[in-house]
Amino acid sequence: MKQSNTYIFVYSSVMVIVVAAILSFATMALKPYQDKNKEIEKKKYILQSANLAADIANAKNTDKYIEEEFDKYITNSFVIDTKGNKKEGIDAYSINMKLELSKSVEERILPIYICSLDDGSTKYIIAVRGKGLWGPVWGNMAFNDDFNTIYGVVLDHKAETPGLGAEITQDFFTSPFKEKKIFNTSGKLEAINIYKGGKGAAKNAGDLDHGVDAISGGTITSKSVEKMIKDCLRDYENYFKNKKSN
Amino acid sequence: MNELFSPKNMKLLTNPINDDNPITVQVLGICSALAITVKLEPAVVMTISVMAVLAIGNVVIAALRNTIPNRIRIIVQLVVIATLVILVDQILKAFLYDVSKQLSVFVGLIITNCIIMGRFEAFAMGNKPWPAFLDGVGNSAGYGIILIIVAFFRELLGSGTIWYYPVMEKIGIYKTGYVDNGLMILPPMALIVVGIIIWVQRGRNTKLIESN
Repeated sequence: MKQSNTYIFVYSSVMVIVVAAILSFATMALKPYQDKNKEIEKKKYILQSANLAADIANAKNTDKYIEEEFDKYITNSFVIDTKGNKKEGIDAYSINMKLELSKSVEERILPIYICSLDDGSTKYIIAVRGKGLWGPVWGNMAFNDDFNTIYGVVLDHKAETPGLGAEITQDFFTSPFKEKKIFNTSGKLEAINIYKGGKGAAKNAGDLDHGVDAISGGTITSKSVEKMIKDCLRDYENYFKNKKSN
Repeated sequence: MNELFSPKNMKLLTNPINDDNPITVQVLGICSALAITVKLEPAVVMTISVMAVLAIGNVVIAALRNTIPNRIRIIVQLVVIATLVILVDQILKAFLYDVSKQLSVFVGLIITNCIIMGRFEAFAMGNKPWPAFLDGVGNSAGYGIILIIVAFFRELLGSGTIWYYPVMEKIGIYKTGYVDNGLMILPPMALIVVGIIIWVQRGRNTKLIESN
C-alpha cells in the first residue's frame, strides 16, 4: 500500500502533537515529586557531611526522617561572597553551585550551613562542586569551629565509572578526610592532597595533615576531587581566614 | 483464553530466552550489556525498564501497524521508542530517585538498544498486539537473563559482593590471600563473559550448532 504525501504529512503532524502532549503532561505531573527528591537529597548530603542521619537505613519513611533531622540540627544558614563578607537577603538553599561556578570569582556567592550537634559543638558546612572524569562531581564538607579541621565529607557524582571512580561516594574514600587540616602550619591554604599508589600512599608521602589516598583505578576521578576541593576552598578562603583570626 | 496462550503464542515468550536469545544468538544489544553489568542492581532495573519499553512499544506499533505510512515507518518507530524511554526516565526520577541516579545516562540509551528497533521492525509491524506483547516480554526477558548472569559474575568476582552484600568477606576468603579481580569491573570482561555464555549455550543447545 502506497500512501499519499498528504497522508504522511498529516500522520506525522498528528503523531508529533500527541507525543508532545503526553510528554508535557508527564513532565508537569511528575515535576513536584522530582523536585522533592532533589531537595531531600540536598538535605541528606548536608546532614551526612556532618556525620548525621546515620540511621537512614532503618528509617521507615526516609524523606520524613531527613526533614526531621535537618530541622533539628541545621540551625542556621547564610550566604557569603568570595571576599568573605556576608550577603543579606539571599536564601542559602536556593544557591545553584553550577551557576555560581560559571560566574567570575568576584560575583560568586556561596552557601554556609551551621549545624549544632547534640554535644553543643558547632560545625560549618560548605558546598563544593567541580568536574570529574565523565561529568560533574560535587559534595559537602563540614568543618570544626576552628575553620581548619575537616569534620566530615560527603561526595557524589553524575557519571563516574562504576566500581572505580564512582567509589568516591563510599566511606573508605571519604572517611580519611576527617581530621585533616586545610591550612598548613604557616597559615597558607593547602586544602587536600590526594596521592596515587594505593592504600597508604599519603602516609608514605609523609603528608599526614593534608594527604588522602586515591582510589586505585580511579585516579582521574580522585584527582578531580582534589582539584574541586582546592578550587572551592579558595572561594571560601577569605571568610575562613577572617573567622580564624577572630 | 486458550487461544491467548496457545502453544504458538507461548513460543513467542520462551523462544527468545534460549533458542533465539537477542544477545547470545542474535547478538543485539551488546553495548548496554557491557555498560551496566558491573553491579546487579542496575542490571535488574535496566531489564525492567527495557521490558516496559519493549512490551508497550511493541503493542503500540502493532496496533498502529496498518496506519503507519511505509516510507516513514522507521521514524514513527523511533518516536514511539523515544517517548516511552523519556517516560520511563521521568518516572524513575520521580519515584526511584536513587536507582535513576545509578543508571543515569543508560536509561536514555535504551533508545539506541538495537533489540527494540529490531523487534518493532521484524515482529510488531506484521503481527497483532497480543502476540507482539508476548514477543516484547520474551525478548526483554532473554536480554535480561544474560544481563543478570553477566552482572552476577562481574559483581562477585570484581567487587566481591552480591547485591551489595559482601559475600567474599563473609566467607573469609580474603584471609587466604584472595584479591578481587579489578579487571572484571572493566567493560572488556563483560564481552568475555558474554562470550563464555555463548560458548556454553552453543555446547548444550544442539539447535544452535550450524551444519557446514
